[in-house]
Amino acid sequence: MANVLVNNKLAPDIYQLTVEGEYHASMGQFYMLRCWGAFPVLSRPISVHDINEGTISFLYRVSGTGTRLLSQLKPGNQLQLEGPLGRGFPEPEGRTAIIGGGMGIAPLLLAARRLPDSRVFLGFAGDPFAVSAFHAIHADVHVVSGGTIADYVEPSEYDTILACGPVPLMELLAHRTKGTGAKLFFSVEKRMACGIGACSGCTVRIDGVNRRVCVEGPVFSAGEVDFHDLLSL
Amino acid sequence: MISLACELAGVQLSNPILMASGTFGFGKPYAALYPLDKLGGIVTKGLTLQARPGNTGTRVFETDSGLINSIGLENPGIPTFLEREWEEMMQYGTAIIVNLGGGSIREYAEGAMLITEASRESKKNGRRAVDMIELNISCPNVKEGGLQYGVDTDRAREVVRAVRMATDLPLLVKLSPSARDLTEMARMCEAEGADGLSLINTIQAMAIDIRKKRSVFDGLYAGLSGPAIKPIALRMVHQVSHAVDIPVIGIGGIASAEDILEFIMAGAAAVQIGTYNFMRLRAGAALEDELRELMAQEGIRSLDEIRGII
Repeated sequence: MANVLVNNKLAPDIYQLTVEGEYHASMGQFYMLRCWGAFPVLSRPISVHDINEGTISFLYRVSGTGTRLLSQLKPGNQLQLEGPLGRGFPEPEGRTAIIGGGMGIAPLLLAARRLPDSRVFLGFAGDPFAVSAFHAIHADVHVVSGGTIADYVEPSEYDTILACGPVPLMELLAHRTKGTGAKLFFSVEKRMACGIGACSGCTVRIDGVNRRVCVEGPVFSAGEVDFHDLLSL
Repeated sequence: MISLACELAGVQLSNPILMASGTFGFGKPYAALYPLDKLGGIVTKGLTLQARPGNTGTRVFETDSGLINSIGLENPGIPTFLEREWEEMMQYGTAIIVNLGGGSIREYAEGAMLITEASRESKKNGRRAVDMIELNISCPNVKEGGLQYGVDTDRAREVVRAVRMATDLPLLVKLSPSARDLTEMARMCEAEGADGLSLINTIQAMAIDIRKKRSVFDGLYAGLSGPAIKPIALRMVHQVSHAVDIPVIGIGGIASAEDILEFIMAGAAAVQIGTYNFMRLRAGAALEDELRELMAQEGIRSLDEIRGII
């Protein structure tokens, strides 16, 4: 069990949960979070937002029963963390862009922290949230509200692009990156049950082969992702 | 010290708590979390002769106290399982039950033969045999095979008979709650030489995405598991265990030692833990001790004392 230090509301339905403890995770990995008994049945997979000395934090949107219960956690409350799980972003080579759309910024703060030479692009449909933490740790952060963040990035200027966001954004980035020489890696989301590779519930087809988001992902290279599997979330 | 050791279909188990097919992979994901020799046994993910990619789209969907899945029997195929997974499973120090699926009677029978041969070969080399086959005639998530055999007794008989002829390994048949006549189905399996029955598989269910105006699942219907189905499973286990003389393994929403005792009192010889593995990843490491503790509290010295007393 882990101890809650802070659970702040940053914007409508957007919370940042900070938990006490020494945690080691690579950028893009996630934990299964649980602060309830038998209901809801499943734990919630939440990507690591940030790690500091003695703390780990998670950025999440309240979208159902589980995240609502998470949002009610108070400092001093206990919760279970199982992880770190999954394969995160690879160590990028060359010029690197970090691109996040909406809630997709969640796993990217840790990436920004660990890649000070990268350029960071954060896009939001409405008001930006959680961007001050990016500005605080990184010198090259571009925040855009409205439109698509993809329009502000020229893929051919980069060797590596690390991204996370809504499926249409990932699809657009995959399309625009094709043929540029930039390597695109994105973190995807899919409904998950076990989180450890036992149930095959979270598969996505890549190059015609089923990959489990929880162990072979959540970060994949763009490849031939079948977006149908992802859109179905 | 309360002993939980038991015999099931001629196989000695350290305890009656098995891990249900489809929730435990081939053991490996959990072997990283706790020693698997704590378990009574592991039922493998459903295997078919040919590899299967499983279903597209959403595969798991949480409901109130339940989980609907539409995995669709994704599996590497029996030959690949035997080549790549079997070796490692043997090392876990627990009973291995191979769950066998199929798209046709022929595929079922050939699959059973392959497993049986591999088991015989393994035994000959002084290593672990496959302890049992669990015949899956009740998967609701595949078009060919699966549930189509699990509803009608006469169709099921053909599969059970063919697999019984193909293997001399202890044979369990996993029954569907969709069987038109569950006790008739159970008696048929017993008459055809099954050594035990596992029930229940998931209950056919549905969820609708009201915004997209379509089923959540590409396959329209899917299978419901978890605490939500426990009372139904308990009733069916009670019904069936009183209708046959072969052992019945109770499955369906078991999520505590209390639940295990309920199933044993209803008549189950052993139980399988499914969805609870997702609710509590280390369930398998803890349940045996929790069961023993609960029995001590309740003054139950052996499960035989209470089995089928209801």
